[in-house]
Amino acid sequence: MRYLPLTDADRADMLAVIGASDIDALFVDVPKSARLAGPVDLPGHAGELAVERALGALADRNRAAGAGPFFCGAGAYRHHVPASVDHIIQRSEFRTSYTPYQPEISQGTLQVLFEFQTQVAALTGLSVANASMYDGSTACAEAVMMAARVTGRRKAVLSGGLHPHYASTTHTLAHSAGVETRRLAVAIDAERAVVEAIDTQAACVVVQTPNVFGAVTDVTAVAEAAHAAGALMIVVTTEAVSYGLLRSPGEMGADIAVAEGQSIGNGLNFGGPYVGLFACREALTRQAPGRLCGQTVDAEGRRGFVLTLSTREQHIRRDKATSNICTNSGLCALAFSIHMSLLGGTGLRALAEENHARARALHGALASTPGVEIITPRYFNEFAVRLPKPAAEVVESLAAKGVLAGVPFSRLDPEAGLDDVLLVCATEMTTARDIAAFAGALKAEIAP
Amino acid sequence: MTGVLSVGRPTRPDSAEPSETPAHPGKGLAQDEPLIFELGGWDKSGVDFPTEARGAGLDASDLEGLMRAAPPRLPGLSEPETLRHYVRLSQKNHAIDLAVYPLGSCTMKHNPRIGEKLARLAGFADIHPLQPIFTVQGALALMNELAHWLKTLTGMPAIALSPKAGAHGELCGLLAIRAAHEARGDARKTVLVPTSAHGTNPATAALAGYQVAQIAQTADGHVDLADLAGKLHPDVAAVMVTNPNTCGLFERDVIEIARLTHEAGAYFYCDGANFNAIVGRVRPGDLGIDAMHINLHKTFSTPHGGGGPGAGPVVLSAALAPYAPVPWLTHGEAGFDLTEEATGEAGSSLGRMCAFHGQMGMFVRALAYMMSHGSDGLRQVAQDAVLNANYVKARLSGVMTASYPDGPCMHEALFDDRWLEGTGVSTLDFAKAMIDAGFHPMTMYFPLVVHGAMLIEPTETESRRELDRFCDTLLELAAAVRAGDVERFTGAPFHAPLRRLDETLAARKPRLTWTG
Amino acid sequence: MRFTKDHEWVELAGDTATIGITAYAAEQLGDVVFVDLPAAGKAVKPGDALAVVESVKAASDVFAPIGGEVTAANDALSGAPQTVNDAPEAAGWFVKLKVADAAEVEVLMDRAAYDAFLQTL
Repeated sequence: MRYLPLTDADRADMLAVIGASDIDALFVDVPKSARLAGPVDLPGHAGELAVERALGALADRNRAAGAGPFFCGAGAYRHHVPASVDHIIQRSEFRTSYTPYQPEISQGTLQVLFEFQTQVAALTGLSVANASMYDGSTACAEAVMMAARVTGRRKAVLSGGLHPHYASTTHTLAHSAGVETRRLAVAIDAERAVVEAIDTQAACVVVQTPNVFGAVTDVTAVAEAAHAAGALMIVVTTEAVSYGLLRSPGEMGADIAVAEGQSIGNGLNFGGPYVGLFACREALTRQAPGRLCGQTVDAEGRRGFVLTLSTREQHIRRDKATSNICTNSGLCALAFSIHMSLLGGTGLRALAEENHARARALHGALASTPGVEIITPRYFNEFAVRLPKPAAEVVESLAAKGVLAGVPFSRLDPEAGLDDVLLVCATEMTTARDIAAFAGALKAEIAP
Repeated sequence: MTGVLSVGRPTRPDSAEPSETPAHPGKGLAQDEPLIFELGGWDKSGVDFPTEARGAGLDASDLEGLMRAAPPRLPGLSEPETLRHYVRLSQKNHAIDLAVYPLGSCTMKHNPRIGEKLARLAGFADIHPLQPIFTVQGALALMNELAHWLKTLTGMPAIALSPKAGAHGELCGLLAIRAAHEARGDARKTVLVPTSAHGTNPATAALAGYQVAQIAQTADGHVDLADLAGKLHPDVAAVMVTNPNTCGLFERDVIEIARLTHEAGAYFYCDGANFNAIVGRVRPGDLGIDAMHINLHKTFSTPHGGGGPGAGPVVLSAALAPYAPVPWLTHGEAGFDLTEEATGEAGSSLGRMCAFHGQMGMFVRALAYMMSHGSDGLRQVAQDAVLNANYVKARLSGVMTASYPDGPCMHEALFDDRWLEGTGVSTLDFAKAMIDAGFHPMTMYFPLVVHGAMLIEPTETESRRELDRFCDTLLELAAAVRAGDVERFTGAPFHAPLRRLDETLAARKPRLTWTG
Repeated sequence: MRFTKDHEWVELAGDTATIGITAYAAEQLGDVVFVDLPAAGKAVKPGDALAVVESVKAASDVFAPIGGEVTAANDALSGAPQTVNDAPEAAGWFVKLKVADAAEVEVLMDRAAYDAFLQTL
């Protein structure tokens, strides 16, 4: 077998060194009733070519985003990733290394994490960032539980503009930990209602900008209301490219900012693996979840990096840890950091401007399509439209014609009563031809 | 005061002179590399955009009042500078492709490259999680096939694929248990965890809203059945046991543990981190477990990536299956379908563990790995993993002190520091000297149940030649300890990119970002 | 000065007790990097969690050896946690308590008894 170096001769010799009669002698602790006499009922081994053919055939049964006009967003975004990003993350020393527990021989990974943390802090406008979470949704849940620890309160107010998957993930994870979530009514301008829902029982308020409808809002007033009530404001961002153009969470008063970092450096991958960004004010650092990389010196006074403040974590604090997270999204964070290092602040700004410009072009095309009502007032690269028929039907029909027209809101939240709402997104990948094809197909689809 | 770390591990080098001035001495081809923030490039970018996107031609006046005053203050690098930066950094890392990576409990095995190739096919890498279901039938078929393999290998009837890593899977399993108890009006408050458990077990139990109580361990490294039986009162929701356990031993009383647990109305959660030792030889379902997560990044060889991403699908018993998180993969008339809301047929579901459907990129790699090995090869994986660990144990025992010398170990061999007593060399020193000898150290000071633990897991992908090279090196180092060459250890490493790091300074004065 | 088997010391002056960890405990912990102290006004019973002391690789709960109300915490430790290592039984004190029942102090070990206790470890 191509992944197993031992030969039968090796195995016989090694058993002799061990003093075991045969391999079964090493499994003697397994109860007799549970010992399998032979292989389980699954296919036998296969050559590389056979595996490629089998899985390649499955890949062929999917419609790749790049195969035609594509307008899906809603928490996962299709951007161009420079070739050098994928080349670097495939280096053995990054891809096949473990969590950097031995800092003297892990400085590559550790320095990357320190740079990543610095980049995330700069983008979110906060002073401290961790070494990544699984994704944006679990980062949001962790932020809510952290706010409960910081404030000693057990209630979280979730804006109706929060991505429904984020709201349900947060509810699942926080509920058992004793933190109740109150999700406000779903609305395009849901942030308005948030201020009134804040009271002195609230540990935090969670707002998303751009929100799930793509609406960009100034949440400074939410921060003021939260702080006046002794609560924290958590700002969620699902489209990290928006950091290039929009005011940062920190600038608007966020105490904690979380985001889905997939947009930078990482592909769509049918939803995972992605990379959760997590940043907070410095005073809250000791309540933060996840790994933190810090700067120090070695025995000769040279600068180096180590995992630090580990007493927060499960391997030391066990049942009193700030989170149970162990493995995070290291390699996706590396991809994020490389792409960000290529872009720089000015490049991210240019990328964000281009995204916004493409969305405006899409906006223009759809606004002039009869029967389409655009309902997101101010947007970055994604907005919502109201159609004269159920959005899911339109999306199915257009997909059959080769256009992936966006995400029906009912796919995210069937109970919201917004079956006629479609979320559409444009990025630097979206061409004028794509937009024309979409507008044309949509016009034909909804023509009375 | 409780919880004093009795192993007395120093966390700062003796000779540390805290210095703010980095010295960059450079050695041969081992390039020194500053931070990206020290390479200039504040107004540069390594990405080109169409000219009209360069700030000048684009109108963003509709976002007036919502925009940043200036671009984020982050440097950009040209492509050649970027490659240099990261390739230089990469050379400061150890990797499984360089040498054995014997971290016990981590299963650092070879990562087949076919997984990388297949995960990058546009049909997997470039599909959106919310595309119409009929456009992603191949992806759902792959998830279904992966689920079939994992259920068959574990002998369990149901599986939740969405958890994103082992600890996330643990939480999923405990939330399913919680939901099952609540559904029968029998909410419980306690989870029992052995003293040798991974830290994630008690942390997860606490996150799931449970109090944690410890189960004692016997002198020969197993769960103490009498202690367990005494603690299994009606308030216990679950017993979490790692099997094989973190001492590298198979819990030979596991069926009795399951029986006692069920008799008390509790569920048996098995931490499957060490499934590599028994895959293809034992189905955990035959042992009476109710839930177990499977670290695809361990047993099924998706790369660790310097700390992730992982994937932690959870197999569930029939009793827990109704509570599995959404999405549920279902078979409809038109092919595969997803139930994405915890309503209707999924009304009993515990809810959603994360956005979307799980770690698709890891699913592709893990399935490619399983299909390559097949049922026969996976059985051989477990056998070779156990053989290699026992070979290391046999070669090192007698010089180093094996914590459980009687009988075989499973996939990892546990040693302690009794053999170092009085030598002036600690487990930490010995581990650091291994670096100078060209090896990544084994897991140190875990599990907590033995003093100065050294936990070695070679995995099945090491050749006998590499194992001999590793064992010869450790024996040579042990001889140096006995010869009194203490300096070689207490100052180590001398030949790594950096000497020992001052972790005390890092914790006392945290510097978590570059501030100029 | 009185001592507990959990390696804490108590020094009573009037109705105010100063509490810290012993030199032995500080030595065992290694380099102390952080001390989490309670706010003034907090009331504690014997055995309640009072503070957390952290080294790089361990976090240890410090339990109240006696009952009372916290009147002061040693805020200097936040900027200089190494004081716990340098002077554990003096400048490295953790909290001052207004003692509820001075008899609780009297039953603790004296120096000789604590030293003898350490010999048994």
